Amino acid sequence: MAFDGRTVFDSLSCAFPRGRITVVLGGSGSGKSTLLRLIGGLIQPEAGRVEVAGHDVTDPHTSLAEVRSRIGMLFQHGALLDSLSVFDNLALPLREHTDLDRAAIAQAVRAQLDAVGLGNVEGLLPGQLSGGMLRRAALARAIIRSPEILLCDEPFSGLDPASLKRIEILLTRINRQRGITLIVVSHHIASTLRLADQALLLLPGRSVCGPPAALRSSSDPEVADFFDEELDVEALDREERAAT
Amino acid sequence: MTPVALVRELGFRAIRVVAELGSMLLFTLSFLRAAVVPPLRPQRFVDEIYNLGVLSLVIVGVSGFAVGMVLGLQGYNTLVRFGAEGSLGAVVGLSLVRELGPVLTALLVTGRAGSATAAEISSMVTSEQLDGLRMMSVDPMDIVVAPKAIAMIFVMPILTSLFVLAGLLGAYFIGVGLMGLDAGVFLSSLKSSIRFADDIGGCYLKALIFGFLAGLIATFRGYHATPTAAGVSAATTSTVVVTSVAVLIGDYFLTALWGFQI
Repeated sequence: MAFDGRTVFDSLSCAFPRGRITVVLGGSGSGKSTLLRLIGGLIQPEAGRVEVAGHDVTDPHTSLAEVRSRIGMLFQHGALLDSLSVFDNLALPLREHTDLDRAAIAQAVRAQLDAVGLGNVEGLLPGQLSGGMLRRAALARAIIRSPEILLCDEPFSGLDPASLKRIEILLTRINRQRGITLIVVSHHIASTLRLADQALLLLPGRSVCGPPAALRSSSDPEVADFFDEELDVEALDREERAAT
Repeated sequence: MTPVALVRELGFRAIRVVAELGSMLLFTLSFLRAAVVPPLRPQRFVDEIYNLGVLSLVIVGVSGFAVGMVLGLQGYNTLVRFGAEGSLGAVVGLSLVRELGPVLTALLVTGRAGSATAAEISSMVTSEQLDGLRMMSVDPMDIVVAPKAIAMIFVMPILTSLFVLAGLLGAYFIGVGLMGLDAGVFLSSLKSSIRFADDIGGCYLKALIFGFLAGLIATFRGYHATPTAAGVSAATTSTVVVTSVAVLIGDYFLTALWGFQI
């Protein structure tokens, strides 16, 4: 996969176990979000295939609508429509793809908002919500059609510790109670260790996959370095001197 | 720059222009499909009529009145030299209906509503709202682009009518109210000079085509914006520039073709 001649990754092969939580880790520009967009069929790889629940999303004959009906996606900044209220944002996929009447849609929307702890914001516009509330409203929209797979792009970024913990609990609950497969892109090591059944670490030119605890104690220096959260200024200085 | 580099640069730019035109053609076809194939979205269309049309009423009305006053003043001072001030209604009416009404309205609406449309859509690109729609299997062409572009086509003739009427009112105010021209002379000159099929028909034809151009260019530029703050700015600026140039060039060809047909 390359953008403007810059290769993001060129030999990535990985599988995401059904019903489990996989956290995708990696440095900035390593292709974490690109991987989610490939799975959702928002972009196409230059080579290779991406299979989602038995459908090859890189095949032009595959119905992306069919594949996407099984996928929910939580975008980094929510991606709720600015011009619609929170209620209408959540109701949109139901109005578009189901035959539910108004009352049933309203009931489903309110149930979903209650599930993410946002019972009193349905009349507000997305711009009137805080970052954490926006993320939860977007999460409610992502799961309102009961997807099999939930893609989460940086769900913890820019959140205060309380909001972060709340999102983490919601994701865990969604996975455990509904059996939804979660693929979460994150930089947050602590959350990854708490949340993930499997971690996929994207490194320059390669990837490493396994249980997060195993990766953390890996003898591979690049992997260990990624998980090492201690600030080693002297090592950084040595690296910079070596680079210059 | 060496000759080889010059040719290479020229070729690169030519390819880019052709690619852009191809992309615009595909976009136009997608828009036309979204405009006629269900689901149609009447509520979104009504919302856009408000955003693009109703919110432009004041600027178009005030501008039309000001342009009419200038035309009235300049026209009267020129015509009075030849003792032809009685033709002021005809001069102002024909200028507004044939040219100034549709062209200036298109430029004003592009500056206000076209730029806003491009900015809104490009912001939606930047904040991944269009991708969010795609992931819900909702086509952004259906729900975002088509209602805006159709509304632009719809409001342009209405706003042009307002501009022309306000302009005539401004000219009447100057010619009759300030310069003392007889109201009956002004109105009969206006009535006798404007032909419905040729002048009014041409005016609305231009307004419809300018509305189509303004709507299409604004939505296209927004839809294909680079997802950055600079991309939003570039989409907005290029919408105003490209639409303005397209309207002025298009006006020449429409005038020539419409006149030739008569």
